Amino acid sequence: MAMIAVWLKIDEERVVQALQEVEEQLGNVEGEVALDFSSVRRIDPSALRALERFAGMADDRGVKVVLRGVDVGVYKVLKLVKIGSRFLFVS
Amino acid sequence: MATSEVVQERVQISLAAESLSEERIAHLERLVSQARSAAAVFTQFTQEDVDRIVKAMALAGLDQAQHLARLAVEETRLGVMEDKVIKNMVATEFVYNYIKDKRTVGVIREFPERNLVEVAEPIGVIFSITPITNPTSTVLFKCIMAIKTRNAVIFSPHPNAWRCCSEAVKIMYETALKHGAPEGVFACLESHTLQDNAYLMRHKDVGLIDATGGPGAVKAAYSSGKPALGVGPGNTPVYLEKTADVNTAVTDIILSKTFDNGTICASEQTAVIDDEIYDFVLKKFAELGAHVCNEKETKLLARTVIDAETGFMQPMAVGQKAADIARLAGISVKAGTKLLIAPIHGVGREHPLSVEKLFPVLAVYRAKSADEALKVCVDVNHAGGLGHTAVIFSRDDDVIRRFSEVMNAGRILVNSPGSVGAVGGVYNDLAPTFSFGCGTGGGNSTTDNVNIYHYLNIKRVARRTQAHMWFRVPNQIYFNLNAVENVRQFPSLSTIIITNPALEKFGHVDIVRRYLPEGTHVHVSVIPDAEPEIKVVMQGVEALNFYKADQIIALGGGSVIDAAKIMKLKFESPDADLEELAAPFLDLRKRVVQYPTEKTNRARLIAISTTSGTGSEVTPFAVLTDKARARKVTLADYSLTPDVAIVDPQFVMSMPKGLTADTGIDCLTHALEAAVSSYASAYTDCNAMQAIRMAFKYLPIAYENPRDEEARLMMHNAACIAAMAFANASVGVNHALAHAFGARFGVAHGRANALMLPHVIVYNASVPTKFLPSPYQKGYIAHKKYATIADLLGLGGHTIDEKVKNLVVATEKLLDQLGFPRSIADLGISQEEFERAMPELTRLAFDDPSWRSNPRMPLMSELADLFWKAYHGRGPAKAAGVTGQASLQHSA
Repeated sequence: MAMIAVWLKIDEERVVQALQEVEEQLGNVEGEVALDFSSVRRIDPSALRALERFAGMADDRGVKVVLRGVDVGVYKVLKLVKIGSRFLFVS
Repeated sequence: MATSEVVQERVQISLAAESLSEERIAHLERLVSQARSAAAVFTQFTQEDVDRIVKAMALAGLDQAQHLARLAVEETRLGVMEDKVIKNMVATEFVYNYIKDKRTVGVIREFPERNLVEVAEPIGVIFSITPITNPTSTVLFKCIMAIKTRNAVIFSPHPNAWRCCSEAVKIMYETALKHGAPEGVFACLESHTLQDNAYLMRHKDVGLIDATGGPGAVKAAYSSGKPALGVGPGNTPVYLEKTADVNTAVTDIILSKTFDNGTICASEQTAVIDDEIYDFVLKKFAELGAHVCNEKETKLLARTVIDAETGFMQPMAVGQKAADIARLAGISVKAGTKLLIAPIHGVGREHPLSVEKLFPVLAVYRAKSADEALKVCVDVNHAGGLGHTAVIFSRDDDVIRRFSEVMNAGRILVNSPGSVGAVGGVYNDLAPTFSFGCGTGGGNSTTDNVNIYHYLNIKRVARRTQAHMWFRVPNQIYFNLNAVENVRQFPSLSTIIITNPALEKFGHVDIVRRYLPEGTHVHVSVIPDAEPEIKVVMQGVEALNFYKADQIIALGGGSVIDAAKIMKLKFESPDADLEELAAPFLDLRKRVVQYPTEKTNRARLIAISTTSGTGSEVTPFAVLTDKARARKVTLADYSLTPDVAIVDPQFVMSMPKGLTADTGIDCLTHALEAAVSSYASAYTDCNAMQAIRMAFKYLPIAYENPRDEEARLMMHNAACIAAMAFANASVGVNHALAHAFGARFGVAHGRANALMLPHVIVYNASVPTKFLPSPYQKGYIAHKKYATIADLLGLGGHTIDEKVKNLVVATEKLLDQLGFPRSIADLGISQEEFERAMPELTRLAFDDPSWRSNPRMPLMSELADLFWKAYHGRGPAKAAGVTGQASLQHSA
């Protein structure tokens, strides 16, 4: 089982900033980054871009990104922009 | 809005995008990516969110209407600034008014009576082409539609209108953003090429192309392989019929044809005027500021505004003022002339002005009759305007109807101006639009005024519907000993008793005659004791006619009663076509053929059954033999059900043992099949179950001791009760097999049923290879129904499987008690003969309508398998088991 290196609860109002903070730690991470999205009910284009960038960086470093508690509406947005497959989803 | 040939988009948009630079492709990809993200994010918005944004956008559009109109006229050099202001206001205010209360998010419409709900799903990214003729109004309109429906749009304006369009997009985008719309929801291509369009039209993330432009753009859109909305070119005929209100018509046409200098493609192009009002109409045009050209002027005009080579209008004339066009043509007109009227004498290339003219020139044609006028309108419609718009001014509803039937136009406007009328919401209740669907005539996918619903995927949530069921039987059923006395309560002047020779000989007819009211004229019609033939039926009908019968008493078994049902049908409705009425059907209520409801004669049908099996006295079925074609014709309709049924056991006391067994097993098969039928209901179940219980108990007694009055009474009632069940739930595969086998080998119906019955119970109780659609049932329950029957009979067993086995054993034991053969082989039919007959047997059984209500859909191979099981037969009444069948493992 992969080790969870970072676990962070994401606030809907601070998705971009939170992801930037985690990005800074990515260089030192091995295993998984778990982001708790259970408080995020809606995602905006800037958060979407930040998530896409974050997924790319995690890919480059071989780090898995686990999103927990993603609202189905947000999940649909990730599917529509075709980045859903870049995350692991847990409820 | 099709500018059609105006803009002379003669260069087709190529779908090849190879010439795009990498930078350009990157730019286009960025636009699509932003739009895709915006559309994705937009899916999270609520109705309230989008309505708030839409309102703000409508207000911003109204605020900037004049600014945008001025920009459009300056850039395109087309049209009238003041009219473009109106267009911009219609595109915002009228469109807003139309959509403001409409739901476009989540559940948008509900149809509770149909158990249907419609749910909106946005399209995503829309690639939109906008025209030169209505540039800013089209952009405003599409932006508002897109936000209302949660879509993102990439605009590609006409190259000669991109500045004003990009300003319109900017105003809408900024307003939308300010009120919460996602970034990237609108984008506008600037300085774009046809290759840009081609690239975007084929882009995988573009969901829909909305092409409001010239035919080239529309064709490219439809050729891209993407879903597309396109519009077609117009060539609007307007018919001024002799009953028209001329003042209204002339004013409306001038208004329409001069609006924005005629750039709206729905505007009138050729006025076809009835001879009776022609001069008056032209005089009115002149009075209101039109110049009526003479023949020489008409030729000059045609030479100036129509390209002699192509036959299409000259681009330089589009959207220009009448006076300017006259000056160009060298025609002298009064100052302030609004419209040039050009008389023509036909439609087509020899009459250049009969084509679309998006400027204030109107061709006029004098028609000698309504027929000629309609034909000329058709000619104009077919000369480049198919599917678009047609206008009529008339007070004659019949002419208006004829006009609407012959015109191929998405919008047929009555007593209102073409251009403003077609836009919708001003003169009529059409959806306000700046995009006119022209149907297949115009090469489009819709004839609608394109509106918000074309920007949505509408999902239909269809809940399972509890379809209405029925329970229909004669409204009077008299039963028990001497029930026949009840015939006395039915007054009749002329009664025909239909019966067979044996019953007449036994004195049964006299018993009935005894109870008929005094004064009833009675005639007895004796028919052969066999399934009725058409010839016999028609002889009976002759008798009914001859004696002017008002009552028919059918005294007999199934054959007699069936014959009487068909005689009544032909007597009451002589034109009834039995061949047609016997047409196959799947659902009685949805059948193609309808039984006659208008009747020439009327007669009451009283059915008195003299056997305890068919139950024909209460069923809507009748079987006829067509000897000439060696086949049986089955009629089924509730109108065949007798009016009165009499179930009096005195008529069955003398039934021989064999007939008692055959008819009794027919009764039991009816009840067992009705019980597991896919049409079974609580109403039929109670009858089926009761009949099964009575048959198991009393049939052996009636068989062993024919004079046992109680057993006879109970079996007679059981047959009628079982028939009430199958009259409404129908039968199943057992009957399909028995019909086929009985017909092929001449075996009595009850005996044929008996040979199949145990095998069919095992078959239906097993896991079906194929389920039959059965909206009336919840899940597959045949095995449970059999288990319930076993419980009812007290057969024991702990699991459903055990109970089904016990039911099979009990059925076999009953068949043995009644002396039935155990197999088809026992009838002396050789295996070779049976094998030869097998293809025909399976074909006949599969064609038989009886199995349509069987719980399990039989495959042909399964029918053959059942026939072979019946051939080889059951063993002595012991563990029948479900060998060879996947059992349904359920505990009781």
